[in-house]
Amino acid sequence: MSDLTETDPQPGGPPTAPAAAGDGASAATAPDPPAAVSVRGVTKVFNAGRTNEVRALDDVSLTIAPGELVSLIGPSGCGKSTLLRVVADLTDATSGAVAVNGKSAHQARLDQDYGMAFQQAGLFEWRTVARNVELPLELLGVRKGERAQRAREMLELVKLGEFAQHHPWELSGGMQQRVAIARALAARPGLLLMDEPFGALDEMTREHMQAELLRIRRELGTTVVFVTHSIPEAVFLADRVVVMSPRPGRITEVVPVALGDRTDDTREDPAFFARITDVREALRGIHRSERAGGPAVSETPGSGPAGAAW
Amino acid sequence: MNARVGAVRQRLAVVVPPVVLGVVLLVAWEQWVVQNDIEPYLMPKPSAIREQAELLDEVIRRSAWITGGNAVIGLALGIAIGVGMALVASRLRFFRDMVTPVSAALNAVPLIAITPILNNAIGGTSQVGRRLVVALVVFFPIFVNTLRGLSQVDPTQAELMRSYAASAGAISRKVRVPNALPHFFTGFKVAASGAVISAVVAEYFGGPQGGLGYFIASNAAQSRTPQAWSFVLAACAMGLAFFVLAVVLERLAMPWRAKRSAAT
Repeated sequence: MSDLTETDPQPGGPPTAPAAAGDGASAATAPDPPAAVSVRGVTKVFNAGRTNEVRALDDVSLTIAPGELVSLIGPSGCGKSTLLRVVADLTDATSGAVAVNGKSAHQARLDQDYGMAFQQAGLFEWRTVARNVELPLELLGVRKGERAQRAREMLELVKLGEFAQHHPWELSGGMQQRVAIARALAARPGLLLMDEPFGALDEMTREHMQAELLRIRRELGTTVVFVTHSIPEAVFLADRVVVMSPRPGRITEVVPVALGDRTDDTREDPAFFARITDVREALRGIHRSERAGGPAVSETPGSGPAGAAW
Repeated sequence: MNARVGAVRQRLAVVVPPVVLGVVLLVAWEQWVVQNDIEPYLMPKPSAIREQAELLDEVIRRSAWITGGNAVIGLALGIAIGVGMALVASRLRFFRDMVTPVSAALNAVPLIAITPILNNAIGGTSQVGRRLVVALVVFFPIFVNTLRGLSQVDPTQAELMRSYAASAGAISRKVRVPNALPHFFTGFKVAASGAVISAVVAEYFGGPQGGLGYFIASNAAQSRTPQAWSFVLAACAMGLAFFVLAVVLERLAMPWRAKRSAAT
């Protein structure tokens, strides 16, 4: 299984992506920039030693190159959100090593090396849209004039410039989520961590937001880790789709996407559907081994069709 | 233009019904007293109360200042203690666990029971006992509501602040305190009316003379019922004024809320 988790970024990925760190051959010749995200043998156990002990992550390894966009997908309880939270240093790994931009995850958080977006926009109702975007800059001690300037730029980027002085409740769900993305990018982090950010949006808004995210990422060259439970979303956005399985949370397969630049036409491209099928089968693979009682997965029978939606 | 006409109409729709109800009740009261020929010392007519209020205007004003002063000072004291303790309790778990049951017990102490004792303890010539009673009444709703507001942080916003590695102080200033404002004002509106009531009632049990409560009690004791009612009227007006003040402060403190409710 570990050979799958170490897959390098595929050709046809982001133009800026060099070979991932950990590629022995190239590492020997030129000093590569550090991986945007490096996760080595990470295990996360909740309630250790108690009857309700859960292995949310079990020996997970993943390397993400600068500029790459990686989707994490899997059924509920597969640890995809936990993996994101470990990278963000919002929770500690029980064992294993996590590095962001070559630093410890903790240092990366202190330095605001990443921006984060959640399923809920989490905007502050007492702040205008512009002042919501300024929040991370305030915490970094950026001066007022510069904050306002940067907030303006970020709101232009997400095409909400004219709403700068509005309050959050005056905006639709999709617009609020765009403000949250502008806020996540305000401090110009190289890495964007997104936890089902479009999960609460309707399908049309969602597709629009996906296209917007790809445009923004093209403009800024930001590395993105995107947690989702939607197969089409995972495939449409990503250079690689990391498929995870639950109990214990593991990476079962990494599906390279390689669809080139995404447009609305991509959604009707046979290659797009082929990748969707790949991911779906990778997700189903979990169930095949369950039914066969395979040695790799020690799963209690009758625990429910964790991924039956697929 | 049309929008303004609509806004005026909307205002009228809010104001007219309660005014109509109030007038109807006053007329019914007046008629009931007249028709049944009820003695004024039992139940005076609203018109007789108004007459007395005009006659006693100067005394009422002077006594309202005394009672109002006690209410304001007690309110300020109760708010200061309530907010201060809520701030500490929201940060220190053991302090919260220690203080919450005790403050609930204090809140259960009947106002009528504690007032004469405080008056005796502090001395019959001082307003301090009454102000402490007001502060005691005000403290609880302020403390409970503010603490709730300070403790309830949206989980996404909490994660977000953590992802920024924000300090505890920054989280307080930028999230907890603004988040607690609506809760604080819920408590404040309850406390504002409670402050006036307790300031009036605290004067029933000895201490310096001259407040609204003192005049209500002494006039009632002498069966000067219309005069007593005229002081009650003043106490009502003061309670209402305190409540309106609280609402105005709420709007000033949270302009985004006022804007929001105006939009919907």
